[in-house]
Amino acid sequence: MNHLTTIVGHIGGTLLLLVRSIKFIGTLPRQRARFIEQCYLIGYTSLPIVTILSFFIGSVLALQSGYSMENFGAKQFIGTLVGLTMARELGPVMVAILIAGRVGSAITAELASMKVYQEIDALTTMNIPPERMLVLPRLAAIVVMMPVLAIIANLCGWYGGALVCEYTHSISVDSESYFTALKEFMKPHDVTDGLIKAEVFGFVIVLVCSYIGLNTRGGPREIGASVTKAVVTSLILILVLDYFVTKALLMS
Amino acid sequence: MSTSSTFTASPFVGKTFGITVAKLNKKFGRTTVLRDIDLEVKPGEIFCIMGPSGSGKTVLLKHIAGLETATSGEVRIGEYDAADPETRNKVHLALVFQAGALFNSLSVYDNLALYPREHRECNEAGIRERVMHALAILSLEKSANKFPSDLSGGMKKRVAIARALVMEPQMLLYDEPTSELDPVMSATLTEIIATLREQTAVTSVVVTHDRDLAFNIADRMAFVMDGRIRGIGKPADFKNPTDPVIANFLNPVIDLKNPRFKQLENSHE
Repeated sequence: MNHLTTIVGHIGGTLLLLVRSIKFIGTLPRQRARFIEQCYLIGYTSLPIVTILSFFIGSVLALQSGYSMENFGAKQFIGTLVGLTMARELGPVMVAILIAGRVGSAITAELASMKVYQEIDALTTMNIPPERMLVLPRLAAIVVMMPVLAIIANLCGWYGGALVCEYTHSISVDSESYFTALKEFMKPHDVTDGLIKAEVFGFVIVLVCSYIGLNTRGGPREIGASVTKAVVTSLILILVLDYFVTKALLMS
Repeated sequence: MSTSSTFTASPFVGKTFGITVAKLNKKFGRTTVLRDIDLEVKPGEIFCIMGPSGSGKTVLLKHIAGLETATSGEVRIGEYDAADPETRNKVHLALVFQAGALFNSLSVYDNLALYPREHRECNEAGIRERVMHALAILSLEKSANKFPSDLSGGMKKRVAIARALVMEPQMLLYDEPTSELDPVMSATLTEIIATLREQTAVTSVVVTHDRDLAFNIADRMAFVMDGRIRGIGKPADFKNPTDPVIANFLNPVIDLKNPRFKQLENSHE
């Protein structure tokens, strides 16, 4: 019962943080320097790892599907399989996992450190709400950067798959056939559904990691504990939300 | 170092607020930190809170700053509840933290400029003037472009005080303002606290161990011991305290033949 009360308390606290942050949305134009800085940190610095990982995920997906689909004589549909899987599932989920590990951990570490060393208290006494200065620009940046990263992940995955199909002797599906299959069976909403998922995951990661960081109590040791907690919670939430968001999108 | 320069007056300055603490109790889990604290700080007064480490002085100060919520009882600033976030829109309050609490990602200049920038109190030229003026008072002009990680503990403390000055507060709360400062800087700070009150009628609450500071500037002082108010009055009342606990705190006798730690060791046996 105590455990349940704690969980409900955390959910309430996270929602309260969201409301308190959104309340200051009107201040975003004059916080554009912070917003741009966060876009750079969240988006630009994540690009290399997103590119490399999604390229190889697309490649492995093509390799594995080529191997199994050859038995059914369905090699011409590899493009469709890679395209749909990357756009609807692996693109957004992989980007979200990367963001949780790379960006979420950094957000929690920074905010937890500010909390432990009383910088958050200093902001509060200066009548500068931490939600306005620290949380809102990050939420806005993730909303803008997450779809961009997901699109780049999709493209890299698709091209990774195409290269493998073209140059793997046992598959030997040329790029033209691969992309024809990819385009033929994919609809625009397959891509937009993936982008919606990426958006939801990114938003939840930043919100949860900010909440955990701002609610750190104790000394430097707790900063590490908070980072671990934030990353683990984010990963669990990504996978749980993935099921429910996918179900909702398929029903709509 | 001169502290005679006039502090710029903000729209807030002129209104002064007193503090009323009534039946304040604070518990962290099962530990009671503050017990039935009652005190009143008059508008424009310099009030010093003294007491041994761990007696609850800082927790009391945090309640006044609205950073802690009371388990029971209340703290009021003027007619406003200190725990209500709205109070910060009505009362200009600055707290000088013991460890400085500077923003590590910002330079010294930006630490000071943050408040006027966020509250859009003046243009960048005005902000620069205010910041450089506050830095000059604390002899920190040469450190404007440094980052907190490049500063010593004492310098961080001075930057924290300068940051509070830039805020042009109506109420200034100091948590151990002279710890880690050399004697000259301690004396300067003592003068700054007194000058600020003289020029802007700011209400000041100073939590300190520093007897010289407290007896030089306090209008009134309180002794907090084991979470309770042990004594409250004017500095003159404590020159020759009758309470042996306060007397021992203010004038501890160093006895090398019968040291305290040996007495403590024996008491555990």
